[in-house]
Amino acid sequence: MTTTTMSHDEAHHHGAPTGWRRWLYSTNHKDIGTLYLLFALTMLFLGGASAMLIRAELFQPGIQLIDPDLYNNLVTNHALLMIFGAVMPAAAGLANWMIPLMIGAPDMALPRMNNLSFWILPAAATMLILSFVVPFFPGGGTQINTGWTIYPPLSVQVGMSMDFLIFAIHLLGISSILASINIIVTLLNMRAPGMTLMKMPMFCWTWLVTAFLLILVVPVLAGGVTMLLFDRHFGTSFFDAAGGGDPVLFQHLFWFFGHPEVYILLLPSIGVLSHVIPTFARKPLFGYRSMVGAMLAVATIGMVVWAHHQYTIGMSLGAVTYFMVGTILISIPVGLMVFNFIATMWRGAMTFETPMLFAIGIILMFTFGGLSGVMLAVVPADMQYHDSMFVVAHFHYVLMPGAVFGLFAGVFYWLPKWTGNMYNERLGKIFFWINVIGFNITFFPQHFLGLAGMPRRIIDYNVMFTEFNVMSSIGAMIFGLSHLLFLYIVIQTIRGGRSLKKSENKSWEGAKGLEWEVGSPPAFHTWETAPQIK
Amino acid sequence: MCFKSIYTIKPLLLILGVLLLGTAQAEYGINFPEPAGKVARDIYDIHMLTMQIATFLLIIVFSIVLYSVYFHRKSRGYQADQNFHNTWFGHWSWVIVPALVLGVDFTIAHGANTVLKTVWDVPKEKDIMDLKVTGHQWWWEFDYLDHGIKIESRALTEDKAGDLYLRDVDNRLVLPTGTKIRFLHTSADVNHAFWVPELAFKKDAIAGYVTETWIEMDREGVFRGQCAELCGTWHSRMPIVVEAVSPEKFAEWVGKEKAVEEAAAAEASSEKSWSKEELMAKGEALFNTKCAACHQINGTGLPPAFPPLKGSPIATGAIVDHLKIVLNGKEGTAMQSWSSLNDLEIAAIITYERNAWGNDTGDVIQPADVKNAR
Ligand code: HEC
Ligand code: HEM
Ligand SMILES: [Cu+2]
Ligand SMILES: [Cu+2]
Repeated sequence: MTTTTMSHDEAHHHGAPTGWRRWLYSTNHKDIGTLYLLFALTMLFLGGASAMLIRAELFQPGIQLIDPDLYNNLVTNHALLMIFGAVMPAAAGLANWMIPLMIGAPDMALPRMNNLSFWILPAAATMLILSFVVPFFPGGGTQINTGWTIYPPLSVQVGMSMDFLIFAIHLLGISSILASINIIVTLLNMRAPGMTLMKMPMFCWTWLVTAFLLILVVPVLAGGVTMLLFDRHFGTSFFDAAGGGDPVLFQHLFWFFGHPEVYILLLPSIGVLSHVIPTFARKPLFGYRSMVGAMLAVATIGMVVWAHHQYTIGMSLGAVTYFMVGTILISIPVGLMVFNFIATMWRGAMTFETPMLFAIGIILMFTFGGLSGVMLAVVPADMQYHDSMFVVAHFHYVLMPGAVFGLFAGVFYWLPKWTGNMYNERLGKIFFWINVIGFNITFFPQHFLGLAGMPRRIIDYNVMFTEFNVMSSIGAMIFGLSHLLFLYIVIQTIRGGRSLKKSENKSWEGAKGLEWEVGSPPAFHTWETAPQIK
Repeated sequence: MCFKSIYTIKPLLLILGVLLLGTAQAEYGINFPEPAGKVARDIYDIHMLTMQIATFLLIIVFSIVLYSVYFHRKSRGYQADQNFHNTWFGHWSWVIVPALVLGVDFTIAHGANTVLKTVWDVPKEKDIMDLKVTGHQWWWEFDYLDHGIKIESRALTEDKAGDLYLRDVDNRLVLPTGTKIRFLHTSADVNHAFWVPELAFKKDAIAGYVTETWIEMDREGVFRGQCAELCGTWHSRMPIVVEAVSPEKFAEWVGKEKAVEEAAAAEASSEKSWSKEELMAKGEALFNTKCAACHQINGTGLPPAFPPLKGSPIATGAIVDHLKIVLNGKEGTAMQSWSSLNDLEIAAIITYERNAWGNDTGDVIQPADVKNAR
């Protein structure tokens, strides 16, 4: 007991510890937030590199650069790196940095667990990367040619790399669950006096819901992949029809996790938008209460519509009707969220700094992706769309704006706070335009490819699909490379320098909230005395 | 700042323009092809309906956002209306907006539901034609259950298919128009999915499951599709070609196919002892179509996924083991059982494997040996 207080005191007096200890032993929410964000940025580049290799191969019909198994291995790795490596850790990084600042708490509720939940990630990433490279070593078995959905029986045919992947998923899951517990405990117990739940900043609300979703669905995925591991090595036949098992059961377990997962990726970005738009429209968030309600509705309905990814497995009429209606109904709360954002802009006094540009881009492109989602929800039509390039276009239109652009908006919005330096606005805007235009050139044509009959996850295609693939690949190169500019802007801001303005406590004219009352950059420890909320 | 606003709008307008074009130019290969039956047409119509609704909503959202971006900007001196959320609209929008969206949802769901019923309810008529579709790594097997014939369909190589590469096969799935056909989908190994856009449906082929779909085609033609569920290395090489012909032509085709199959069966069951040359010739043809996707024409395989047969311990070792793996396959790997081939075919393939590519064991396997090994 005494030692705990001792070391705690020490940290107080000495400020930030130095050297590698500062990071490895860190229990400081700001440092851990930074670690999460840097980790996510690294993974974004790895995932992006695999995506660009995939698009390079698809540039022309025929097989030019890589073999089919490597192609599918890249597809698998790309998805996992992006989802588990880039988007989820980036969102957790924002949560770590901003939640204590926003609710007036000195740190996260469970700082040591916080350390653990981050430091599991590099181990998990190593496993994930091993699952990709192991087949290149002698005796390493075959490549993971299953896609991120790892459906058996195909995933049972794969060599030992699949086992690495299964363990990577376990580790990633443990990390997410620990982080979620921490966030829930922090939000429920450490809000400043007077900050009721309904006065909590929206970003905190979105993370509260996200954390509950994670705790509910990640164990199901962990169970599913464990059963797969047993089928592979211990002679069980959970998913093997010949042994009395059911290959479709795995699909249900996977998507029971997989659909809520899309909201896990989406919601933190919705939270970011709920701060960015009011700031730059100089007007409070429209419909705070309906926003909270809509989010809870999305999370609840989102938990029970998973089988819309499996319309073609031969479910009964009753079952597909239920999943169709449920999925279509999600458009109501999602529509309400988008409406609230637009209503916040409406009759505001807007300026268009980079975070706001991303916010507007998200509203437009996410609506686009949501609407193609409604098309996919219609069972008879999905008999056509399913597993075609149309689906790839759809989920990139929701995931990229809905998750990644939201994170970019958050980074540009809070970077001046974190570093004390204002980023270069001109470069920020240039990045936005290249990024958004590149994105649309990449994914818009894929709708046409899908409708014209090109399935997803194929390395080689008939010449009739050439034109749009060429377009899409060119777009992907622009889009992919534009992220180097992002990297440059971030490094430039962190290093400061004469060309950049210093950020004030309140980096933006219209910004509101506790996070703007601490210094820029904030002291190593903030809100040691909780502020009083009226 | 004002000039910048124009640039804000331009790319967005561009996207919108392309989208509208997309709906208008439906027939230029950026939309589904012309459906080939009534159910398929219903599906096409519901697709167009939802797409139009979606486009309409998108235009509304884009217009409102762009209007706001243009007029409600600080640089034009616009003052933020801090009481907007306190107007009656602000108070009731949480009811109004969901009600409007619900209306749209209802329109879509209602239309979809009617179509869904016709697609899902396979007619119960006795004389419906049954076709069993089995997905294999990486070819399709079509069993005409009512006619007692079986077709194996594989992708043609690039030099044979030309511009139709990956959309052309050696044996087409010939089907009659004006006949209700029930498809029964299953798989011999991993999951596959049967997808021909003109028939407007896609159905998974899953081992241990039999899934159903049906269609009555109302026009003749050649309809091309391909496997839509990732099934491993050569997923991209599983095209499907449906040839819809009149019932008379279909009957004629069935007659011809039957004759070919009967001749093959008679040849296989004859007590004849085959010479090594005959077996090698037959074996080479069979190996190149059925086994070369994995083990490669030159027998080198694609390790580590597919082992070489050239110099392999099994192909040059005991004949029993060789027979066993070809007849039974190997659990948990892509090597399936080939026991559905007849004795002559297996004898020919094994003879070929044991003597080609320098394996030179000199062994000659006769159909009778295969029969005993089964
Ligand atoms: C879908 C891919 C695929 C096809 C098609 C295929 N095989 Fe195989 N084959 C395999 C795999 C994978 C193995 C390795 C099984 C194992 O792990 O032992 C194998 C193993 C073999 C072996 C044993 C080789 C050794 O030394 O271990 C023989 C013999 C063989 N196959 C014969 C055939 C014949 C004959 C055909 C065609 C009728 C055929 N295969 C078609 C995938 C295939
Ligand atoms: C308006 C809300 C949405 C609806 C109605 C919707 C609907 C659907 C449907 C029906 C499918 C299945 C398509 C198929 O495989 O045939 C699908 C696929 C997918 N959606 Fe969404 N979706 C929505 C939002 C999102 C969001 C917000 C994300 C991510 C942030 C997302 C990510 C995905 C992904 C990754 C897939 C592909 C799954 C796969 O087959 O591997 N969706 N969506
Ligand atoms: Cu889903
Ligand atoms: Cu396939």
